[in-house]
Amino acid sequence: MPEKLLPNLFRTEYGKMVAVLLRTFGLDEVETAEDLVSETFLLAAETWGKKGLPQQPQAWLYGVAKNKAKDYLRRQQLYQQKIRPQWQRKQPLHQSPDLDFSPIGFQDSQLRLLFSLCHPSLSPDTQVCLSLRLLCGFGIGEIAQAFLTNKATIHKRIARGKTRLREQLTKLELPAEQQLSERLDSVLTTLYLLFNEGYYSSVSSEGFRENLCADAIRLTLLLTTYSPTEKPKVYALLALMCFQSSRFKARINPSGDFITYADQDRSLWDKRLILQGRHFMGKATADGQLSRYQLEAAIALLHTETDESAQKWPHILALYNRLLQLQYSPVAALNRTYAYSRVHGPKKALVEALKIQLAGNVNYHLLLGELYQQTANTTEAIVHWQQAIALTKDPAGQRMIQQKFQQND
Amino acid sequence: MQDFMLIFHSSPSTDYRPSPEEIQASIKRWQDWIGNIAAQGKFLSTNALNRSGKVVAADGTVTDGPYTELKEIIGGYVLIRADNYDEAVDLSAGCPTFRLGGKVEVREVMKLD
Repeated sequence: MPEKLLPNLFRTEYGKMVAVLLRTFGLDEVETAEDLVSETFLLAAETWGKKGLPQQPQAWLYGVAKNKAKDYLRRQQLYQQKIRPQWQRKQPLHQSPDLDFSPIGFQDSQLRLLFSLCHPSLSPDTQVCLSLRLLCGFGIGEIAQAFLTNKATIHKRIARGKTRLREQLTKLELPAEQQLSERLDSVLTTLYLLFNEGYYSSVSSEGFRENLCADAIRLTLLLTTYSPTEKPKVYALLALMCFQSSRFKARINPSGDFITYADQDRSLWDKRLILQGRHFMGKATADGQLSRYQLEAAIALLHTETDESAQKWPHILALYNRLLQLQYSPVAALNRTYAYSRVHGPKKALVEALKIQLAGNVNYHLLLGELYQQTANTTEAIVHWQQAIALTKDPAGQRMIQQKFQQND
Repeated sequence: MQDFMLIFHSSPSTDYRPSPEEIQASIKRWQDWIGNIAAQGKFLSTNALNRSGKVVAADGTVTDGPYTELKEIIGGYVLIRADNYDEAVDLSAGCPTFRLGGKVEVREVMKLD
């Protein structure tokens, strides 16, 4: 059996299968659905190891999971008297449209699960946690690492999230039309956070990061397959994700250290993803509305330009100005101040940088270090680089900042 | 935290005819200045006002602007959030209206509860 086959299948199939089972079981039995799918993979590991790979591994997994689900439902029927009317009529289960392991069934169930997990009764953090677990099949350990916390905390957060969800919903349902657009906003926020977790996390492995970003793109694409959620802002988020992902290969050096945007080898930027992003961008501007996603996608698009035209940074600055008026975030404030320095020079930018007051944020101290260095104030630059190092937990990040000292010597 | 309105007064000369490039540069200056406030998380909203307008009197008579009897017109406002008047006044620093001899009026928004 190829070494990575099973882990890869787990990543692509786990969430799909859990979603389909949950659609039949209802949210009361999240754990059962998770267990059945996990058992299916366990059985695959054993059987495939001994007997070799089946011709169609996916179909094998679906078949086993389906049988396990049917067995489970049958036992439920026997031992508990909680029987749904259609099963009392002895309707054979395999004809039940509920266990739909077809591409359309997967799409539909995942969409429902995504909207259920983004229920307003859950905090954005919990929504992200549950999505990582149920829709992307990530382990508790990986999630804990991404959130810079321990496994117990994540366990608790997930358990509490599931309980809260059960109090609100019994079945995986798409919200009614009036609530759909509001819920779509929180779905987009969750997908945006999911992607950023993958893109900016400094502690997780590069493999985890790329997988997470790919999952976020996959789930966002899902929204475009359903006409009520196929909205320009969804395409804008997709475009943003494509543009950002295009730099995956360029931003890590062979020893695993981050390479800053300015120092990246531009020939390594993924042109296919950039083109894909441009295609989505076309659909993102169809209604002339500018949500934060359109603005962020436009900023990301300008970052994919390999040649530095004179208008690049003024344009980026103008977009950040609008984005911040729409919604403040420390990241946007920091990036905007960097863009400001590219347009108005380090001296003026330093004045503004000191006003945004984000002490304790690694990137804030990095930015201040940079601006002090550019204005020939090495003493202050070093103070801020030291603060940045003190705030950085991973060795790779610390090495990157150390290099700045050396360049300064 | 209190909400404050920064109101921009200026006395534009009637023969001022900026070129498209000048207009572009002016928009950029305003956007950068507002961006400076927004980057501090203190921006709430803004509007620019057209030069023309109407004045309605108590007896119902309506006259067209520009108001020949007034030297200054209000060109727009920015609503911000600040700790106190001092900070609100500080935030008005660098306002592009100063370039053309304008003034910024800083007013605290009245709380009605």
